[in-house]
Amino acid sequence: MEKFTQLSALAAPLMRPNIDTDAIIPVKRLIGYQRHELGAFALEPYRFRADGSENPDFVLNQPRYRGAKILVTAENFGCGSSRESAVWALMAYGFRCVIAPGFGDIFTNNAFQNGLLLIRLPREEVDRIAEELGGAPSPAMAIDLQSCTITTPAGRQLEFQIDGERRQALLEGRDEIAMTLLRDADIAAFQSHDRVARPWIYQTVPPAA
Amino acid sequence: MAAQAQPRTLFDKIWASHVVAELSGGVSLLAIDRHLMHDLEAGAIIKRIADRGLRPHNPELTFGVPDHAVATDPRRRANSTPNSERLLREMKEGSDAFGITYFDLDTEGQGIVHVIGPELGLSQPGMTIVCADSHTCTHGGLGALSFGIGATEVAHVLATQTLRQTRPKTMRVNFNGKVAAGVTAKDLILATIGKIGTGAGRGHAVEYAGDAIRAMSIDERLTVCNLSIELGAKIGMIAPDDTTFEFLAGRRYAPQGDMFERALGYWRGLPTDEGARFDVEHSIDVDKVAPQVTWGTSPQDVIAVDSRIPDPSRESDPQRRKAMEAALAYMGLAPGAAIEGTPIDWVFIGSCTNGRLSDIREAARIVAGRKIAPNVRAWVVPGSEATQRAAEREGLDKVFLSAGFEWRKSGCSMCAGVNGDIIAPGQRSVSTTNRNFVGRQGPNARTHLASPAMAAAAALSGCIADARKIG
Repeated sequence: MEKFTQLSALAAPLMRPNIDTDAIIPVKRLIGYQRHELGAFALEPYRFRADGSENPDFVLNQPRYRGAKILVTAENFGCGSSRESAVWALMAYGFRCVIAPGFGDIFTNNAFQNGLLLIRLPREEVDRIAEELGGAPSPAMAIDLQSCTITTPAGRQLEFQIDGERRQALLEGRDEIAMTLLRDADIAAFQSHDRVARPWIYQTVPPAA
Repeated sequence: MAAQAQPRTLFDKIWASHVVAELSGGVSLLAIDRHLMHDLEAGAIIKRIADRGLRPHNPELTFGVPDHAVATDPRRRANSTPNSERLLREMKEGSDAFGITYFDLDTEGQGIVHVIGPELGLSQPGMTIVCADSHTCTHGGLGALSFGIGATEVAHVLATQTLRQTRPKTMRVNFNGKVAAGVTAKDLILATIGKIGTGAGRGHAVEYAGDAIRAMSIDERLTVCNLSIELGAKIGMIAPDDTTFEFLAGRRYAPQGDMFERALGYWRGLPTDEGARFDVEHSIDVDKVAPQVTWGTSPQDVIAVDSRIPDPSRESDPQRRKAMEAALAYMGLAPGAAIEGTPIDWVFIGSCTNGRLSDIREAARIVAGRKIAPNVRAWVVPGSEATQRAAEREGLDKVFLSAGFEWRKSGCSMCAGVNGDIIAPGQRSVSTTNRNFVGRQGPNARTHLASPAMAAAAALSGCIADARKIG
């Protein structure tokens, strides 16, 4: 997983609620592409018109937001399908952080498995950052995960909350599987007890037909 | 005398019994009882694990089945779609190498992963069940704690038979009253999403309760739980009862004989205790719910079939107003118009939401002896091979075929659109699936979600129709 400590970058406001993971990466892109190739298709239904040309009205296609590494968006971002490719597509596009009032539950787990920082802020605060981005000469902002602070485009300092375990994993770029493999004795102890308490769970060979 | 134990919810009990270790920051290491794999990513994930030098911790607890990429053509083979040839081969080879049971095409185990889990008795009350698919919440209809995961989490489960999870809050949705004639489980859950919103369940494990739930069959409970993710909740569940136990008895992978009795004793202790506390509660007056149909591009964009398409200009929240305008433009609908009578091109009956035998029977009851409208293409895609065979034994395939429907092989088909089963740009479908997202059924395809009865009625009428007027 990629480490995340701090980031000073351009940010783009995409203030549409309930952006689902089918919109973040359409299903036809899930097969036949490597993770790093998915950036070309991130938010494809919005970024491109039916004929394949760029939609000039879409925020990410506007010159001032090109190269954005921070996405500021609306309620329930990443709802829907569990496809982790949604996270890979956003990261391959260049995003390292998404700020919204709320995120889909499965998307959230997937993001933190890959080093994509998700920051939840109250809606009024997210709307205000989006307004500041629209008005700033250069839509840039800064995020510091060590101190859990955001510097908004207007220079305001905001604090954000993040689960301690997730913060530490991001700061260290920690691999969960490697961490859990160290717990093998705990898992073995659980299973040996559980095989007595709930033996039917482990009996998975069906009777002969 | 010992102090009375704190009353606990169904969720509390299952969660607590699966904690292997408490980690920092409210994260638990949870034991996983069943891991289900489908064809979309299984082969690639197994390869990634093997490349890392890891082996599956408990291969006997993982089961794989091809469903997403498989063709649904009646004459299909493993290589019928360009994608399925490679995906199925890699999944089968990986499963064999790892000792994972793989349910192949043309066997009674094949089907949509969330249909075959309950059907085979693999999914049971009190279990933790995961799969790399957001509709894994379906299995909660049997009283399991089940949820969708991403590819990295799949690798974690394979390697350790556990997952690191943050404990969600709890929500209960009470369905009170008696369901009106012609109203289905699909209508109840769509109406719920319309009322409380597609983000309402986020961060929560949702339990559905109330008289209307108790009266439901397992198929109907699975439909309700299936749409939990459309409510924002990755976990949806219903307490197990005699209906559940009767459903499971005798199924291929359910406990047998004395072991079933032992499991039964355990299962009976699972339902939420009297007085247990939920973080949030909602109530739905079931008797007021009419057949539902969606008008927009989110499952919360839903109305009763006899009502009018909402007008964005009456919406006070500017963000919501813009989203409604965009949805209506995409759907090609006018605010204020009646939704009933909207002409359609396609009907799709199937999916993990509504592809079970009772769904097919419900649609067949409306279709029997009638013909579909000209210019409408209509498909039935049974949720599993076993469902298909059971329906054929009842002669339901002939009911659909003689009405002008196509009767196809099981898979996700037009719900996910991975296998090439898609709708042409601008065309409109009534679909028994779970997502009306932009592009979900193909680029610029327009999807209206509804029950199997409503989909059947639309196929006969050539437009969005009220199934109550036909059935």
